[in-house]
Formats: sequence, structure tokens, C-alpha cells
Amino acid sequence: MEIPESVKKRLTLPAEEHFYAGHTACQGCGASLGLRYVLKAYGKKTIVAIPACCSTIIAGAWPYNTLDANLFHTAFATTGAVISGIEAALKALGYKVKGEDGVMVVGWAGDGGTADIGLQALSGFLERGHDAVYIMYDNEAYMNTGIQRSGSTPYGAWTTNTPGGKRHFLEKRHKKKVIDIVIAHEIPYAATASDAYPEDFLRKLRKAQKIPGPSFIQLFAPCPTGWRSPTDKSIEIARLAVQTAYFPLFEYENGKYRINMPSPKKEPKPIEEFLKLQGRFKYMTKEDVETLQQWVNHEWEKLKKLAEVFG
Amino acid sequence: MAESPFKADIERVKREYSEKMTPGAVARIPGSSVVNKTGSWRVFMPEFNRDKCVRCYLCYIYCPEPAIYLDEENYPVFDYDYCKGCGICANECPTDAIVMVRETK
Amino acid sequence: MTEYKPIKKVVSGNYAAAYGALHARVQVVAAYPITPQTSIIEKIAEFIANGETDIQYVPVESEHSAMAACIGASATGARVFTATAAQGLALMHEMLHWASGSRLPIVMVNANRALAPPWSVWDEQTDSLSQRDTGWMQFYAENNQEVYDGVLMAFKIAEDKRVSLPAMIVESAFILSHTYDIVEMIPQELVDEFLPPRDPLYTLTDFDNPISVGALATPNDYYEFRYKEAMAMERAKKVIKEVGREFGERFGRDYSQMIETYRTEDAEIVFMGMGSLMGTVKEAVDVLRKEGYKVGAVKVRWFRPFPKEELYQLAKEVPAIAVVDRNFSFGQEGILFNESKGVLFNTDARPLMKDYIVGLGGRDFTVNDVRTIARDMKKTLEKGKVKEEVVWYHLKR
Ligand SMILES: Cc1ncc(C[n+]2csc(CCOP(=O)(O)OP(=O)(O)O)c2C)c(N)n1
Ligand code: SF4
Ligand code: SF4
Ligand code: SF4
Ligand SMILES: [Mg+2]
Repeated sequence: MEIPESVKKRLTLPAEEHFYAGHTACQGCGASLGLRYVLKAYGKKTIVAIPACCSTIIAGAWPYNTLDANLFHTAFATTGAVISGIEAALKALGYKVKGEDGVMVVGWAGDGGTADIGLQALSGFLERGHDAVYIMYDNEAYMNTGIQRSGSTPYGAWTTNTPGGKRHFLEKRHKKKVIDIVIAHEIPYAATASDAYPEDFLRKLRKAQKIPGPSFIQLFAPCPTGWRSPTDKSIEIARLAVQTAYFPLFEYENGKYRINMPSPKKEPKPIEEFLKLQGRFKYMTKEDVETLQQWVNHEWEKLKKLAEVFG
Repeated sequence: MAESPFKADIERVKREYSEKMTPGAVARIPGSSVVNKTGSWRVFMPEFNRDKCVRCYLCYIYCPEPAIYLDEENYPVFDYDYCKGCGICANECPTDAIVMVRETK
Repeated sequence: MTEYKPIKKVVSGNYAAAYGALHARVQVVAAYPITPQTSIIEKIAEFIANGETDIQYVPVESEHSAMAACIGASATGARVFTATAAQGLALMHEMLHWASGSRLPIVMVNANRALAPPWSVWDEQTDSLSQRDTGWMQFYAENNQEVYDGVLMAFKIAEDKRVSLPAMIVESAFILSHTYDIVEMIPQELVDEFLPPRDPLYTLTDFDNPISVGALATPNDYYEFRYKEAMAMERAKKVIKEVGREFGERFGRDYSQMIETYRTEDAEIVFMGMGSLMGTVKEAVDVLRKEGYKVGAVKVRWFRPFPKEELYQLAKEVPAIAVVDRNFSFGQEGILFNESKGVLFNTDARPLMKDYIVGLGGRDFTVNDVRTIARDMKKTLEKGKVKEEVVWYHLKR
């Protein structure tokens, strides 16, 4: 897609498009938007690996293809392993991998494919130090199979296997902190990002490109279908997730934490503001909301402390 | 750039997908998803008021399809072949230059 | 063509496999330790440590990941090798399908080992045979030499564009994997002449013309992809014979046949089996011949693709076939027995066939065992009828 030079100058994102229309994501899908951003950042010299997830469908049924970059579809649990193999082969074949002009190897996996079934392969990938970027697009449930809970589903959420009902059988565990698990591997670069803050996301993608070794980005990617939210509110919800400190933006670079909140001085908004736009939280009682709020506060304080001590 | 940038790609896909089956399910035309006109999914459609637009490009940035491109004068253009009518652009537009109206087909 | 002067080395089956991979100029190895395969990947690590090769070695965290990494590497365009056994192979199962469905010529050595529980590390073929429907070619080696030769040939066959399917070289736990024997190795220049660098069907490295691999296929397309794979496996038979013949012409060991017959000319009873136990069987055939039995042996080298035509030709000639299966399919019978019997159904060949389940979990299988089987088979032949089709030969009675 051509974009006039005059506009390119004014755009805050690269004008080049390597993610094409005609894909079959639901209306207002945050996963597809995230993938579009990734390809804007890395361009064509990229190999993307996608495991079983909504993005399998978004990328197109054979013989069609939404991406304008090399794409390998892989099994659900294998993203970390498959990008390790791709990277090893590129090196064996003499390619420069990562860095400004190197080939970018990108794992693009959902929260289920990362927090749950793919956690082991992710850990192996991180620990072995491959030059690749792993992006977990977090829509907080197994969407492709019809909205079941994942380790990354938050407290109080409705999903089809935490359906609420008479016995108030909602998700009763807090969101698994995959980013913390990742950081425990002491990799050179890990960050959270959000569809609502594309400039921040692209900056992080570029950093992930420059810094040698494995990088990890957890991208908050709203799913109107699974969250029972209006399709036009995807960005607003993603923004509120940050503003309430439910999903704070930060990065971990060579042992140092840096918080990247859009308005650092402001106190986080109450969690209700994030919850109220989404039907998946409608079964939560006041106590449930309070429980979630406390978790958010606790995690946020913890993060601030980390940034203070290891900033 | 008044023409949708995707038109040329559709021609290519049609030309080249007389194709034989490729072992390993290899798909050889990047971006060939454009043959799929997802505009038919739309219930509400974004209506654009050029006078109100300040060319901030938030609509362009946040469109998940993408179904918004930019014309010679740097204004957004909505590609109704692909716009699914999610309404994100309207929701994010700071000047209300986009409103969602029920589709009349 | 340079004159062939073999380099003789006394090595274990595992080292033979490692040398095979080295001489095949493998570029990526991703593997996970498991007895009795481990010394293959240790040896490869040693080659790297000694500066003998630049193989990219990925010490993955599981066999599922081992095969996934191999798949990623192979799709990118590299020549890829790995090795495993039993539990590891079972854990790989999902990815075995992925490798063949993606048409990637990965070569893997599987050291046949009985599956747990109860735990066992000893020889049995059920691990590899229960992967028979994954779209991998399977070659069963009788000795260390065949392990080495098998690895080299497997790459050439697998990478042939008419085939483009992964291949498994199967060796017996300990009996081959850890037993030292003389192996004639081929000088590197000559291996290079036989096995040129890989020319892949596709790669993920054409950045001007990017592709996608393995996307969702609707019912309208999936069926044809499977047909293509089935046809590739069918074509593999021809390629196996071509490559086996070429190997024989170059290096003196002929592999142009998918099965190997031993003294079957006038045989009344033929013992049929796979892998290292065929060494014992052949030895027993010599003994039995001296004792006046008209017996022979058939070694099934390639189990996938299955040597249908060859087995039919054989079955037309011999009155009785005793299949020795070091494996079992629950609810049915020995797997080689089952498959070879099935092959004959729509033919005019009607030998008497019996299945002897032997040596599960590494139970010894000796020349004497074959003699007992011969006597039992002889009786069957005299009666002209099979009463007990499947014999659990080794049961402690
Ligand atoms: C081994 C295996 N188990 C289960 C599945 C079924 N499956 C496909 S996608 C999926 C959920 C994916 O969830 P997530 O990773 O969060 O991605 P999303 O669909 O939400 O984008 C599941 C369970 C599978 N493909 N493979
Ligand atoms: S279910 Fe959610 S993640 Fe999946 S395509 Fe639809 S909106 Fe996107
Ligand atoms: S968001 Fe609104 S103001 Fe900004 S470019 Fe789009 S239409 Fe114009
Ligand atoms: S309504 Fe949605 S799909 Fe249509 S142009 Fe706006 S953001 Fe894009
Ligand atoms: Mg998900």
C-alpha cells in the first residue's frame, strides 16, 4: 500500500503495510491489530511462527495469506521451540539474525499458547538465548476454541468453562504473571505493551530487535468476542487496562525495570472503569471487584518498588 | 491514490491462483487475503466528515483490518470493501469526524 | 569419481549414527537425552567441541520441542538430524505428523526401546511401529553398518523432491546402540559426491517472495494434501531402490531391495522380521539348514513405505511364513504380522502364517528360540492349517 511522502513524515508509525485486509478476525479484534503493528515494525525480512490460536485463522486459510512476510504455522505448544530451530538454521545457513539489518524471527502466540501449553518451550527458548522475539498477545483466554479460561485469565472473569451460574463458578485465580516468569530467566529484554499505545509498542519492538538474545513482549490485545465488549471499545478498554494499572506498561532491560506509563504522575483509576465496559465481568460481586482491586494494587506497588530499587 | 491499494493485489491473486496444490500447504502470494471482501460483514458503517478531520491519523493507526488508507491530500479514505464496521475509528477520532451509521444496502 | 577406500572404525551403533550425521554434513541438531540414544547426541556435541563441524546444536528442553526445533530449522532450509527413543518418540508424536505434513526431510535415529510402564530401557519395536501412521519412512537396521549407511541414504531419499518426507532410522536398544562392531565409513569427499547439499522444496528465507506454510486447509483442499503425501510415500519406493542401488555401486553394499532375502530359494518355512533380531535368525537358518530344515529368512528393511510387492512375490513362493514380532498391537497381533498378512488378502498367495511375539522389553532372543519356532512351524505345515495364529513365544510357563 503506497502512502504519500508528506504523510509518512507525519505518521507516528511506519507507513509500510505488511498485514493485509480481507482477514477473518472478528470486528474490532486486538490480535489482528497487534500483528499489523509487528509487521510495520519489522517489515518483510521476517519469519513469523504462529501456533494454534486465533491468529492461525487471521493469517488466512490456504491458499490465502494475510501476511506479507514468511510465516510458519506450528503446533500449539511449540512456538518457543520452533523459533529456536528457525534461528539456529538461519545461523547455520550464514544469515545475520536480529539487529538492524538482520533477519527477524518472531514467535506470535496467544496467552494460552504461552502461559499454559507453551510455557515449557518458551522457557527453553529464553534460557538458551536464541536471537528471536517472542510476542505473547494476551486476550486473556482461549478464544480460538470458544472462550475458555487460560492461566492468563483474570480473577472474576466469565469464560465458557468458568461460566458463573448458581454456584458463582467464575475464574477464581489471579492472572498468571507470565512476564515475571520470563524475567526470572534474566533475559536481556522483556516488556509489556498495549494495542492502545502503538508508538510505545513499536519502540519496544525496535528495542527487541536491536538487543541481542531473546526478547519477550506481552501485548495486551482486546477481544470483543470473548470479552463480551462492544467492538468499538477495544482501544478504549486497552487504554483503561493501562490507566487502572491492571496492565501496567513497563520494560525490563539488562536487569533494570522502567515503568512506561503514559501519565506517570496520575494515580491509577479504579478497576471498575476497566471492568464496566466488558460483559465478561458482569457476574462479579462487590467483593470480587475488591479482591481484584487489591491484587492490582499489590502488583502495582510491587512493580513500582522494583523500578525504584532496580531502576 | 483514490483507488484502493488492494485492487492490484486482487488481480495478481486471481491471475496466479489457477495454481496447483503445493505440497506442505505452501501459500505463495503474500497478502492474498484481499480477495476476501470482508466489507460484507458490516452492519454499521463509518461516515467521514472531511471538514472536521484534523488528520491526526488515529483512525488509520487503530484500524485492525486495515481498511483505512490516505489520499493525496493526506485525508483518510475508508475502503468499504474491507471495513467491517467495528467502529474503533469513530470511537477514537478526537473530533467526531467519523460517525457510525446503520448500513443501507 | 574418486576411488573408494573405506575407513574402518570399531564403533557402537550410536556412534555409527553420529558419524553418519557428521558425514552427511548436517547443519542443525536439536535433541534431548534418553537412554539408549544419548550417546548419539553426546558424540555429535563432541564433534562440535573438537571443531570437526559447525553444526548448530540446540539442547532443547523436551523431545516435543526437539522435533519442533528440527521442523523450524528444516523449514528454514537446513539439513537437520535428531535422535530419540521410546518415551521421547511418543512425546514427539504430534510433531512427527507436523514434520511429514510440512514435507520436511528430517532424519532421525530411533533406538528401539520398550515403552513404560513398567519402566524398561531395553529393545522392543513398539515405540517406532506405533508411529507408523505419522508419514515418516522407517528403515530398520540389522547392524551398526546399516545404521551408518541408513543415515546417509535416508538424507538422500528424504530430500529427493519426489519424496520430501522425513525418515526414521531404527536401531535396537543396546544390541546395536551400545555394542561395538566394525563399521566401514566413507571418506568425506565420497559422501559429498553421493549426497550433495540440500535443495529444499521451499524455504522461509526468500524475503522478496514470502510464503506461508501449513495454513488451515478447508475440506475442499485438505484431502488433496493428504493424497499428495500418500503419493510421495508411494514414489519413495522407487527412490529407495534407486538410492540403494547407487549406494551399492559406489560403496559395495547394495540396498536396492526393500527387503533382504536369505536362503529362501527352496525354503518351506521363512522367518520374517526386522532389525537386529534378523542377525540371530540368519544364524539360526544356517544351523537349521544343517539339521535338514528347508528354511530361509526375510528381513523387512523398510517398513514405511511398506514393501507390498516384494512380500507378495515372496509369499507366492513359500508355503509357510513365521513372523517374529518384537512388538505388539493390543487388541490385535504383532504389527509386522498384521501388515504382511493384510498385504496378501487380495492376492492368490496363501502361505500359512503364524506370528511369534518375541523379546518384548529386551528379553533375549536366541538361535535356539528360532529352532523351536521352526519345529512348531513345521508341525503347522504338516497339518496344513494354522490353529494358534499368535504365539506369545517367550511366556514363562
Ligand atoms: C495440543 C493442542 N491442544 C489443544 C488445541 C486446541 N486449541 C487450539 S487454539 C486453542 C486456544 C488458543 O488460545 P490462545 O493461545 O490464548 O490464543 P487465542 O485463540 O486466544 O488467540 C486451543 C485450546 C490444539 N490446537 N492443540
Ligand atoms: S475471538 Fe477475539 S481474538 Fe479471536 S479473532 Fe475474534 S476478536 Fe480476535
Ligand atoms: S481520527 Fe478523525 S481527525 Fe484523526 S485522521 Fe481520522 S478522521 Fe481525521
Ligand atoms: S469501522 Fe473498524 S474496520 Fe471500519 S474503518 Fe473503522 S476501524 Fe476500520
Ligand atoms: Mg488467548
